[in-house]
Amino acid sequence: MFYRESGQFKATYAEDSEIFPIRQDKIGIAVILAIAFLGIPLLAKTGFLSDYAFTAILTPFLIFSLAALGLNILTGYAGQLSLGTAAFMAVGAFASYNFMLRIDGMPILVAFILGGLCAAAVGIIFGLPSIRIRGFYLAAATLATQFFIVWCLTKVGWFTNYSSSGVITAQKIMMFGYTFDTSFSKYLFVLSVVSVMALLAKNMVRTNVGRSWMAIRDMDMAAEVIGFRPVRTKLMAFAVSSFYCGVAGALFAYAYLGTVEPEGFNLDLSFRILFMIIIGGVGSILGSFLGSAFIVLLPILLNMFTHFLDSSIGVDVPSGIASSIELMVFGAMIIFFLIVEPHGLARLWQIGKEKLRLWPFPH
Amino acid sequence: MQFFFEVLIAGLLSGVMYALVALGYVLIYKASGVFNFAQGAMVFFAALTTAGLVDSGLSLWLAVPLTMVAMVVLGLLTEKFVLRPLVAQHEITLFMATIGLTFFIEGLAQAIWGANVRALDLGIEDVPLEWLLESANIAVSQFDLIASGIAAVLVTLLAIFFSKTKIGRALRAVADDHQAALSIGIPLQHIWGIVWAVAGFVALVAGLLWGARNGVQFALTFVALKALPVLILGGFTSVPGAIVGGLIIGASEKLAEVYLGPYVGGGIEGWFPYVLALLFLVVRPEGLFGERIIRRI
Amino acid sequence: MKYITRIFLAAAVATVTWSASAQEQFIPAIDYRVGPYAAGGSGFFGGAIDYMSLVNAKGGINGVKLVWEECETEYNATRGVECYERLKKSHGGASLVEPLSTGIAYGLLDRVAQDKIPMTTLGYGRSDAADGRVFPYVFPLITSYWNQAAGMIKYLGDKAGGLDKLKGKKIVHLYHDSAFGKEPIPVFEAYAKQLGFELIKIPVAHPGNEQQSQWLQIRQAKPDYVILWGWGVMNATALKSAQRNGYPREKMLGVWWAGSEEDVIPAGAAAKGYSSMTFNTPGNYPVLDEIKKKVYAAGKGNLEDKGRIGSVYHMRGVTAAILWVEAIRKAQEKYGKGKVMTAEQVRWGFENLNVDEASLKALGAFGMLPPVKTSCLDHEGSGAVKVQRWDGKSWKAITPNWVTGDKAMIRKMQEEGAAKYAAEKKIKPRDCSKEG
Repeated sequence: MFYRESGQFKATYAEDSEIFPIRQDKIGIAVILAIAFLGIPLLAKTGFLSDYAFTAILTPFLIFSLAALGLNILTGYAGQLSLGTAAFMAVGAFASYNFMLRIDGMPILVAFILGGLCAAAVGIIFGLPSIRIRGFYLAAATLATQFFIVWCLTKVGWFTNYSSSGVITAQKIMMFGYTFDTSFSKYLFVLSVVSVMALLAKNMVRTNVGRSWMAIRDMDMAAEVIGFRPVRTKLMAFAVSSFYCGVAGALFAYAYLGTVEPEGFNLDLSFRILFMIIIGGVGSILGSFLGSAFIVLLPILLNMFTHFLDSSIGVDVPSGIASSIELMVFGAMIIFFLIVEPHGLARLWQIGKEKLRLWPFPH
Repeated sequence: MQFFFEVLIAGLLSGVMYALVALGYVLIYKASGVFNFAQGAMVFFAALTTAGLVDSGLSLWLAVPLTMVAMVVLGLLTEKFVLRPLVAQHEITLFMATIGLTFFIEGLAQAIWGANVRALDLGIEDVPLEWLLESANIAVSQFDLIASGIAAVLVTLLAIFFSKTKIGRALRAVADDHQAALSIGIPLQHIWGIVWAVAGFVALVAGLLWGARNGVQFALTFVALKALPVLILGGFTSVPGAIVGGLIIGASEKLAEVYLGPYVGGGIEGWFPYVLALLFLVVRPEGLFGERIIRRI
Repeated sequence: MKYITRIFLAAAVATVTWSASAQEQFIPAIDYRVGPYAAGGSGFFGGAIDYMSLVNAKGGINGVKLVWEECETEYNATRGVECYERLKKSHGGASLVEPLSTGIAYGLLDRVAQDKIPMTTLGYGRSDAADGRVFPYVFPLITSYWNQAAGMIKYLGDKAGGLDKLKGKKIVHLYHDSAFGKEPIPVFEAYAKQLGFELIKIPVAHPGNEQQSQWLQIRQAKPDYVILWGWGVMNATALKSAQRNGYPREKMLGVWWAGSEEDVIPAGAAAKGYSSMTFNTPGNYPVLDEIKKKVYAAGKGNLEDKGRIGSVYHMRGVTAAILWVEAIRKAQEKYGKGKVMTAEQVRWGFENLNVDEASLKALGAFGMLPPVKTSCLDHEGSGAVKVQRWDGKSWKAITPNWVTGDKAMIRKMQEEGAAKYAAEKKIKPRDCSKEG
């Protein structure tokens, strides 16, 4: 009843090819964007949300969502499993840093885009094996990217401007004379970038590019037979995915951590982003966001919960045990969610939509 | 030349150690099509349990069987609570479930035994073989030689188990086609329980040897990283592939580090095996011993 | 198993926790007790919390009690930043922060400057952060990597019978192939040029659980000394690999992250005779006895395993907490005794620390750490190190006095590094002559 598209007619071609063709979706997206851009800032102004929410929860959540989105393009839409996400993020971060450092007056957004393009170039090179390798073999092979890039960034002093500690310190984010230095302004900056890129991705996956990815994913030989060029399609997926990851990496360095070392983009990070898309939903833009929320928030909530137990009820668990149990619960929750919904959290939304459509007469 | 052989031998011996870890992956992938990410955590769990039991006063001969029991229980529980509810799901979902399992096992191991590092003494001294050192000036670790012997025995046993026993044949049937195996009356869950128990056993052997080699600590889970290129090279489904792949990876990474490393600043052991495996795959996508898959629409 | 029973016991015996009041100085403990580095994290933060419990048991700092809250980071930068942000405003605001992780420390570098909360980085992080003009909120107290590297060369020189005797010797720098391992290379290279020894740099890829090729190279080169600049599993593996290649451990000298019980115990007998740097003298001190008597006897000890009291990481934690408490005490001297200090006031305390031998005696920690005297220019405060040897059971100091290298040379390098950072970040260094 709430989610029924009957009665919405498309009269023109333009109407038919909108990103969100259903009115409810349009309203939904508008509401979400309104909350993100207006509601949350309003809450902050009235004091309901502190700095903490922006800088420790929302900003990393958005940045990881963008990285997960990048990986989802590659894995979810084009079907190429990758474990090198963090490496592409590193390329984006270090490239942006060097563009900002070495070219005077470089606008930050241009640096981010150039950083993303560098990541895309690296993505194309390391995507080459995908022409012949598939599945877990490819996943394990992308580990080569992961280790090689981090090694390279550590080895070649030029990338870090010969910093003795081997780290880069991100420059300030400045645009049109305004400096984004508070946690709140950084949140808005990240939100804008992520929203634009998410909408672009949403649009891209339904164009012929996106459809060629899905064709390759579902059955590459069949796709080839009907005229998709697998090499171009796969490499395109690697490039676009790496571009997204690269921008996410640049945001990670500029809007979140500030100073990063190459080791910060380690295999752990790659895995975490992979978890996000699997938990959230492979092949779903929404899933990238849900998965990121799950992986970023769950450990924090668990940790807060243990503290709550500790302080209010007075269950005095030794800290080491508490941390171990948090880890166990985290693992068990992942398994539990997979058993309940093997296709990820995004699938829950689809089921919910179905229910809403039929409610209150499910038959 | 003497140095070259020294490096080569050291590489081959290390390769066997890698293969040992890779075997655990192969077993489970072969029988259930699951890429078991938790294998590294299982190695850690097994080593930590043994070391913990020894530290609490048990003899090694008692601690190892007890750990084996624990590994079997862990395997059976995994089958019952993780894999059974997820039967017939996409392989990436199963992979993710084993990642959840990894967190669980890592947390469990540290909740029981604490975060302290431990030493594990198997009674094999890790020193160079003296006669070889004196006669040819080649340092070969006694421990690595014995470990290789153990690995060889293990692989032979597994090979016999797979080809000669009834359970082994059932395993291969399950690996080929779950549905067909079920339809001719092979008890799938029973078989999976056995596979996980065997993988637990392999993890125990790997854990004991690696634990004695480098100490028992969380970093044991990292040995998985050494096993992955072996898997790519040898194929996910081949027991001999794991061994041969291990030997190739071990030897080539050592030779590369020693002879190629100095030209590029060294420390290339982290990525070289992966690049090597990658290049190999580009030429032969099914791996060394992997079955050539004929793909149809 | 005993931990499991402890959980049940702990659950049964519900303890009453303090309610936060105005008279408490808050210190967040963003620690890590699971994961690859858990042994170090639990030891260090266990020690720090034990000492703070001791201070409270003795009535606090001029009556001001300390209060802390733990937050698990898993040694992960994102989690660490979250913990810091969560805790920085609780209990009336954090007085200081110590992440004991390079990655987290970098993530906090800009944040602490913005929030005006001092951050201590005992024995890790940027060496050039010792320049207080550019890094007003960062305190790499006692020594940095560079001073440690200089101390190493000084010690090796003394061992050879004078620095000039190092001429023509071969020294291998076996390092973790990361920013951490590369950090001391400029210092070693400068010394190699100055003293005329040959420096052979051999990197080990992370995590370093396989080092046969490196040790074969070392066997080939037959160096006089091997400096082990390792981390985590790499250290135990290096010791084991040295044994299997017949390299004497007596000629190996480790960085202080390769110099704890956690680094040598996994190597078993292979570690005997190995020595490493440290900024604590191993042994027993009155302050540790007091911790046993007043904290552990009262059931408030933080370590699960009492045997680790006085271990390297535990002592390092106690050392850190001593410096925190002394900084707060110093701040109280200026801004009012018995008052809760703000983070900015604590920062002043850190910058004007003067923990001399007399005050160390009074604290029951004489000899445990070198005297520390900081200033606006110098946030390090000492630069002294000691060398300790593992005898198979425990660490024993083998240098009776504190060792310092060429501090003037290191200071020059630190200033250069800091100036470069300031230029990149467009920071105008403070004028120290105007600081009070």
